[in-house]
Amino acid sequence: MQQIVNFIIRYKNALLYVGLLAIALGFTIQSHSYHHSKFFNSSSWISGSLYQISTDISSYFTLRTENKILLDENKRLRYILFNTNRSDSTAIDTAQVNYAIISGSVIKNNFNSPRNYITINKGAKHGIRQDMGVITSQGILGIVEDTSSKFAMVQSILNTKSNINAKIQNTNFFGSLIWDGKSYTTVQLIDIPRLVPLKVGDTIVTGAMSSIFPENIPIGTIKAFDLNTSQSFYQIDVTLFNNMADIKSIYVISNKDKAEILELQSRITDE
Amino acid sequence: MNRNTNLINILRFVLLAMAQIFVFNNFNFFGFINPMIYVLFLYWYPIKENKAIFILLSFLLGLTIDIFSDTLAIHTTATVSIAYFRPTIMRFCFGVNYEFQSFKLSNTTRAQQITFLALLIIVHHLIFFMLEIFSFANFLLILKKVFAVGSISFVLCLLFSSLFSVRRP
Repeated sequence: MQQIVNFIIRYKNALLYVGLLAIALGFTIQSHSYHHSKFFNSSSWISGSLYQISTDISSYFTLRTENKILLDENKRLRYILFNTNRSDSTAIDTAQVNYAIISGSVIKNNFNSPRNYITINKGAKHGIRQDMGVITSQGILGIVEDTSSKFAMVQSILNTKSNINAKIQNTNFFGSLIWDGKSYTTVQLIDIPRLVPLKVGDTIVTGAMSSIFPENIPIGTIKAFDLNTSQSFYQIDVTLFNNMADIKSIYVISNKDKAEILELQSRITDE
Repeated sequence: MNRNTNLINILRFVLLAMAQIFVFNNFNFFGFINPMIYVLFLYWYPIKENKAIFILLSFLLGLTIDIFSDTLAIHTTATVSIAYFRPTIMRFCFGVNYEFQSFKLSNTTRAQQITFLALLIIVHHLIFFMLEIFSFANFLLILKKVFAVGSISFVLCLLFSSLFSVRRP
């Protein structure tokens, strides 16, 4: 007994180190294989509030460019509105609306680690739930991964765990959008069959396969493409429309039919 | 005297963490370089203090930065490791005489201080990026990041340490 106590006293620093290291490694490895840890995220109350203060100050410096981006978007939307043949006075029946949109802004953005997360200033209180899609006026941004009452954490498309259904515009050939972790302007589209005619510069949009994003939200353009090792599928580099280093205003999309779709799908897999 | 040291350490902890979170995490030099200057806390921390408290403080510092930058517990792992191995690194840099009572960081030569800081940063960044990228298939990417980010962190830490240098007698 005496020797055990002596041993613990003599090696107390080493034991402390091993204990703390085990805790830290445990959190890291568990989150690598599973879900992002509940404890280590910036959507918690204290870090969210601090980031909110910091954003409140720094956002003043970009007001002019933000204004211009919003004006451009409004211009584009007005153009579409004036050129469709529906009279403006038709009331939109809320019972027939599929998608609800919540606007917000980014308070913390990351783009240079292999697993990037973005924190936004809207949370469960504003109706945001896990697995909602997040877009900007230019293209898609990511998927909500975790929420607190006032903030939400978004898994960016610049995340090696991200996997989003995408297709080539005006066709129905779809594949998966992933990221290899190398450059923050480029993502990869895989699983497009070899018979599809491709051209550099073609537009990539979201596909209809997911219940998270509506169809035809822009993602980017083809930068280069090549056949993969099995020679049967393309590996396509996609240049993003979004400048991922400079994102301020975002929209969160919630799909009203999602519960129904998921329920239907789970019923089929059960049987 | 002792209370004074504690106060200085707490101040350093808070200021370095805030500088890291709000300034240097948004540095994005060349698109991927975010220097980690909070390693200075371990460089500045007094040698004579209780080692267990030092390791615990490093753990807390890493955890604070992890929570704010959504990096799982990678900063924590790297920081705790260099906190534990700091005596070994010091013995390598300053020889056995760092264990004497009269030893002070400000009494050593510039070259010794630079080696000490550089070793701390290299070990820290190596552990950090190995865990962050988490695959040996990308070993070249790890080395590239360690070299690029490490050199910028080193230059900035050097600037900071001479800016807020310990008073020379």
